[in-house]
Amino acid sequence: MSWALRVAGLGVIYGGGCDRCPERTGPAAGAADPGLDAVDASGPGASRVVCDRCGSVVAAWDVSFEVAPGESLGVIGESGSGKSTVLRTIAGDLTPWAGAAWLAALDGGATDLFTLDRAARRRLRAGDLGMVYQDPAEGLDLEISAGGNVIEPLTAAGWRHFVRMRSRAAELLGRTEVPVDRMDDLVHTFSGGMRQRVQIAKALATSPGVVLLDEPTSGLDASVAAGVLDLIRELSEELGLATVVVSHDFQVMHMLARRVLVMHHGRVVEEGLTDQLLEDPQHPYSQRLVAAAR
Amino acid sequence: MTAAIEDLLGPAAPYSWGFLDEQSKREIRRAILTAVAVPGYQVPFGSREMPVARGWGSGGLQVTLAIAGEADVVKVIDQGDDAGVNAVNLRRLIASTTGVATTTDAREATIVQTRHRVPEGPMRAGQVLVLQVPVPEPLRAVERGEAEQRQLHAEGDYARMWVSLYEDLVRHGVITCTTGYPCLVGGRYVIATSPIPRWDCPKLHQSEHLSVFGAGREKRIYAIPPHTDVEPLTFEDVPFEVERTPGAACVLCGAVEAYLVEVPGRGWVCSDTDWCARRRRAS
Repeated sequence: MSWALRVAGLGVIYGGGCDRCPERTGPAAGAADPGLDAVDASGPGASRVVCDRCGSVVAAWDVSFEVAPGESLGVIGESGSGKSTVLRTIAGDLTPWAGAAWLAALDGGATDLFTLDRAARRRLRAGDLGMVYQDPAEGLDLEISAGGNVIEPLTAAGWRHFVRMRSRAAELLGRTEVPVDRMDDLVHTFSGGMRQRVQIAKALATSPGVVLLDEPTSGLDASVAAGVLDLIRELSEELGLATVVVSHDFQVMHMLARRVLVMHHGRVVEEGLTDQLLEDPQHPYSQRLVAAAR
Repeated sequence: MTAAIEDLLGPAAPYSWGFLDEQSKREIRRAILTAVAVPGYQVPFGSREMPVARGWGSGGLQVTLAIAGEADVVKVIDQGDDAGVNAVNLRRLIASTTGVATTTDAREATIVQTRHRVPEGPMRAGQVLVLQVPVPEPLRAVERGEAEQRQLHAEGDYARMWVSLYEDLVRHGVITCTTGYPCLVGGRYVIATSPIPRWDCPKLHQSEHLSVFGAGREKRIYAIPPHTDVEPLTFEDVPFEVERTPGAACVLCGAVEAYLVEVPGRGWVCSDTDWCARRRRAS
């Protein structure tokens, strides 16, 4: 098996949904509709995420990709393009409408994650799947210590030895460059960059094979962000992690991801090697995105 | 013109057996049966208005009144003491609304209703320990949302409970929780052993008697059937410890291996007055 994580046909719809949602939404929804004349079918309003038949929001549709062990896949797109939705659905925070996802580490890739019950999904998060959120307050409890946050997935995975958990937390925090003498301080006393490092330590606690990163550096200033990105790159190389990193920032993609998906209105509009995509974007939306970043 | 109060009241309608109406007793018994069938699971029930304020033992009282029969003998203690104000009032209420016999001797009782203690001496098969519970939810300190608490119980997700014990050890060097120590029942549900001291937790493990916990204000009933595992949550390398004061012995009966409370200026005495008195009579 060449992949660590495989996603096929992932779709997330908010609202009732109808069987025509997929064709009535997306970047080409207006243009594809033969019932509209040329004026209606063009312009900013033609491309949409709200189904005009049933009013449901199609946050993501037909998203498929594979990530190999040690590989890093980027997902880029503007706000609201559905990239975080895809990540959170894989992580188990959101419920998918359609599609399937497999982890190589789970039953040798035979079991679709989306068929698992909530308790099994949660066990996965304390095992083979780590997640780093944009806002540390979402991934961490700011009112407990850094060490306490890092040991949470360990306790969920059945660790019951205080000294062993503590030394594991110290090891992880040391690796993510959080001063170990501050491991007993409450996380809300930490700076943004340090909080993000604690989150990374927590995501790595149970040595997962796959780590999902949702805008890991968006709230940080440039120099701190660069440090965190370096750390993520080093750790993924060192540990052979398969990572999926979501960002709207080409700098992040450039540093972390070798391969990139471009998302727009909930659809993947282009996929390619990062360098290639930055130099020679094919899809009109990718071209606009790259032009805007320059 | 004034009317006598008796005239205004009219003929007194007698209370039904055990104060509660038959439907209420039936509902409470059903909740107890569910609680026994699923050890440690908090069963919601429609807690009734009782002639004691909620939070003053109304939950334990409803359990006792729902299960008491004519042949039962009831003992009520408050902090191990049969003569506590709360214990005396509840015992009178139970006796006057049911007519059951009451006792202070834990060995004679078939139902022991208690606040804050498990009787010091061993309880036998067939006895029911009814505990009055103010706060039944062990997860309240780590999760405020009731729906989330239920979800965590349903999924057996006690990770944050363990994190709070870890935090306690890191900050204070010991696990500071004294009464209501969280215990895992039957390897499945974590309960608040509300609010008995740590000393009493081992008495719930593989016990001969049935323990029924009633929380009137919170409208929950849960139970530990006989011969059920009750494990206080603790780390493999941090042993569970009970309260002990070096050198303390009961000034009345000399007991060392008992839960002792300090009387300022007098020294230490047994918390369980009945057990202490029996020891003194025997010697």
